Amino acid sequence: MSGIILEKLDDNRWLLPQTGGMRVPGMIYANEKIYQLLKGDESAKQVANVAHLPGIVKYSLAMPDVHWGYGFPIGGVAAFDLDEGIISPGGVGYDINCGCRLMITNLTLGDIKERLRDLTTALYQHIPSGVGSKGSIKLSGKDQKKVLEEGAAWAVKAGFGLHEDLETTEDGGAIVGADPEQVSARALERGKQQLGTLGSGNHFLEIEVVQEIFDEAAAQSFGLHKGQIAVMIHTGSRGLGYQICDDYLAMMVKHANETGIALPDRQLACAYLKSGRGKNYLAAMACGANYAWANRQILMHKTREVFEKTLRMSPRDVNMRLVYDVCHNIAKIEEFNIGGTIKKLCVHRKGATRAFPAGHEAVPERYRKVGQPVLIPGDMVSGSYVLVGQEKAMEETFGSACHGAGRVMSRSQAIKSSRGRSIARELSEKGVLVMAGSKGTLNEEMPEAYKNLQDVVQVMHDSGIARKVARLKSLSCIKG
Amino acid sequence: MSNYKFFDHTADIGVEVTGRTRKELFVNAAEALFDVMIESKTGGEEAKQQKKITVEGSDIADLLINFLRELLYLFNGEKFITGNCEIIKFTNKELQAWLTGESFNSKKHLIKTEIKAVTYSGAKVEKIKAGWRARVIFDV
Repeated sequence: MSGIILEKLDDNRWLLPQTGGMRVPGMIYANEKIYQLLKGDESAKQVANVAHLPGIVKYSLAMPDVHWGYGFPIGGVAAFDLDEGIISPGGVGYDINCGCRLMITNLTLGDIKERLRDLTTALYQHIPSGVGSKGSIKLSGKDQKKVLEEGAAWAVKAGFGLHEDLETTEDGGAIVGADPEQVSARALERGKQQLGTLGSGNHFLEIEVVQEIFDEAAAQSFGLHKGQIAVMIHTGSRGLGYQICDDYLAMMVKHANETGIALPDRQLACAYLKSGRGKNYLAAMACGANYAWANRQILMHKTREVFEKTLRMSPRDVNMRLVYDVCHNIAKIEEFNIGGTIKKLCVHRKGATRAFPAGHEAVPERYRKVGQPVLIPGDMVSGSYVLVGQEKAMEETFGSACHGAGRVMSRSQAIKSSRGRSIARELSEKGVLVMAGSKGTLNEEMPEAYKNLQDVVQVMHDSGIARKVARLKSLSCIKG
Repeated sequence: MSNYKFFDHTADIGVEVTGRTRKELFVNAAEALFDVMIESKTGGEEAKQQKKITVEGSDIADLLINFLRELLYLFNGEKFITGNCEIIKFTNKELQAWLTGESFNSKKHLIKTEIKAVTYSGAKVEKIKAGWRARVIFDV
């Protein structure tokens, strides 16, 4: 852990004391078991590095799924003052608005058990996945501009889904202030052919079944009940987002000397939020975010079609509806109570999910009495959790929670450990049918490469940041 | 002996590259980038293409990252696989190179890993006894 000493505050929180050029202390959400894992990588040092950035407020935070990333740790949360603070493309990540979308149906396990292989095969055939996958949608320049400005609403207008889907999408599926003029020709070119594609790596589409309910009232509000079939989609803004991040990061590295900000790592290159460069990045990032929402909206629509066609059921009988869509790689301008004053801050969530509590106006009206659904996918066997945001998240974590289990094994370790094994067969023995474009991806994504999802989620639950609502078990999974 | 080796990183792929000269270091780094991404089957000769690139950087580490970023874009954006790289001009802040390569063809090329980006995180170029050494992390 590079000589960093953490002080235990309670069973779920560790303080990283302010030293050297750190402007605030760090705080890591972890139980004893997760704390031990932290010792194996550089993520605590990255939490300390983020604390060096100008205008950071209160703490440099890490959620319990924290692991070693580049620049910011993955699972990192940091909020910055709008006047004195910065925006960092690396603090959002290359996959702008990478996120999750959970859909539920009227179907039960009995309805699809015999058809699971057919359904999964049909999804695998109809949803383009894999490295550099191209979609069937060819965007004209004019349409692409609209995608970047309107996000998921564009997809709905173009016939991919229902207007009500937007009601339960974070920010209604579009961040305001998107300006396509701030997106490079290279990024636009890469985005033209990838709308409606899943991608590769840890991106996936899973058919799941609701296995356990922890909070009846919240589950009811979200429409979840035991035995119900659901679908989880995890993907983001594809090559367009990667290129936006890459372009702006390079620009900010190039001009790093002009800002006079001493950076412990170049990947933390940033611009003041007030500056032209900072504003332009925010406008470009919003384009990437909106593209990602349109992408997940289209994938949801395709999934609906596949279910209806394969099961020969009407839309009304399948009744696939959106529980929620969250982004977990983003920077957002949001309001928080800082020492008794309401302040607007720029919250970076890099591998962290928004977790707003009951009553917050950004929570969809139908969930406002219980709070925002927080979607936490785990490895291919663990399935996923649905949590609900709590008031404490507003007090401690700038309304944020974890976003997954978090890797614990490097990709090369995973590949080494998978030698001589068939991960697909092992998964099938555990009751999960997997279809993947590449064996390499499957090996890298093997379940033991991740932390125990239950441990990670329990830290959020016990620390009062987000409460457990339901657990879903994976039935089948398609990967790129 | 290989001119590059991969080092463990939890979420990404780290590569340590060596070269007797700075130019050789850069060429070897380019080879490592494509080695992570692509496996080529032998035969099936594709028409060779040439491209000239100019890259700038604030120092040698920045220059190396920007050079690899350019090659990665040419692949992701234009499907151009760099096979050979001849650096014709080199200072610590600017380089010019002729790239020889071919277009991606799914019959010949298998994509092993998608590299989202070449990161600046912990990027390092240093002089060692036998020449030069660099460390770079690819976001995958």
